[in-house]
Amino acid sequence: PPERKRFYQNVSISQGEGGFEINLDHRKLKTPQAKLFTVPSEALAIAVATEWDSQKDTIKFYTMHLTTLCNTALDNPTQRNKMQLIRAAVKFLETDTVCYRVEEPPGLAELQKNEWDPVVAWAEKRYNVEIGSSTSILGPNIPASTKETFVTHLASYNMWALQGIEYVVTQLKSLILSMGLIDRHITVEKAVLLSRLEEEYQIQRWGNVEWAHDYDLCELRARAAAGTLFVHLCSESSTVKHKLLQD
Amino acid sequence: MAALGSPLRTFRGLLRELRHAGGREGRPYRDTPAYRHIVGAFRAHRVTSEKLCRAQQELHFQAATYLCLLRSVREHTALHQEYHGKGERSPEEVAGLVGFRLPQQPGGKG
Repeated sequence: PPERKRFYQNVSISQGEGGFEINLDHRKLKTPQAKLFTVPSEALAIAVATEWDSQKDTIKFYTMHLTTLCNTALDNPTQRNKMQLIRAAVKFLETDTVCYRVEEPPGLAELQKNEWDPVVAWAEKRYNVEIGSSTSILGPNIPASTKETFVTHLASYNMWALQGIEYVVTQLKSLILSMGLIDRHITVEKAVLLSRLEEEYQIQRWGNVEWAHDYDLCELRARAAAGTLFVHLCSESSTVKHKLLQD
Repeated sequence: MAALGSPLRTFRGLLRELRHAGGREGRPYRDTPAYRHIVGAFRAHRVTSEKLCRAQQELHFQAATYLCLLRSVREHTALHQEYHGKGERSPEEVAGLVGFRLPQQPGGKG
């Protein structure tokens, strides 16, 4: 289908009863399910407005990651509740990228050890859990207590933030890297590099193909960055801090 | 805390990206909510000591993440335009690739 043309001149935000709204000229932005687009954070609204204002002649929805995340939070199209989102995220631990190791080739095995061991160790220390890593085809054997610790921790996030967390986990294929981002232990660039370690290894060996590799790299960075920012802006504690700072 | 580099560099990077991101001609990028918000946030949390306090570190992380988002979207869009934006060739073009021409059918297809 042809791309939608930009049909509005001005983008602005306003504050309504439920939160912040986006105005495209005089029209209020709605979600795909025709609900009023309302977000709990002013900074998030500004960033969404910027996505809409950045569109030139046509609207490239595939670049508007924050808008997409807000739509998902508002519409909840997969109809999942909080516990289902949490369990979906924690389930990734069983096949977590940074725990799933190869034995061959030796160069890649060593790279995985050097790059991934530190972040696994960080997660184990930070959350006081056992995780480990494995070369078995079945993946690492994660103790039930470890999973429960993460379930309890994620339960402290609100529904919006959880949509963001589950999104980042799905994109990076790793709960550990996602927690590294959420806890500000690693940058988005580093998290994406670690997520794509095998690709980067192959690129080093065989050369880069810009239209495939850089394309995927930029897209994953954009999605991981959007998801992380979304989580932080929607988390209760950051909202509270803003209020305190403004007093 | 993640290795973020200099806050000033992040700040400048953000302003640069916002300049690029402006879709419409005529509206200065300094006039946008995003610009005002970012400048305001950096001013309010100006680094006054060598060691950033926790709130400043959190703000810097947020700013660096947003910078990554803007930059990656811009780079991804440019790559998309260059490699994926041309769309499909018409049947005439495809025929021409291998040296054929489509037959003329004055009455249209039967």
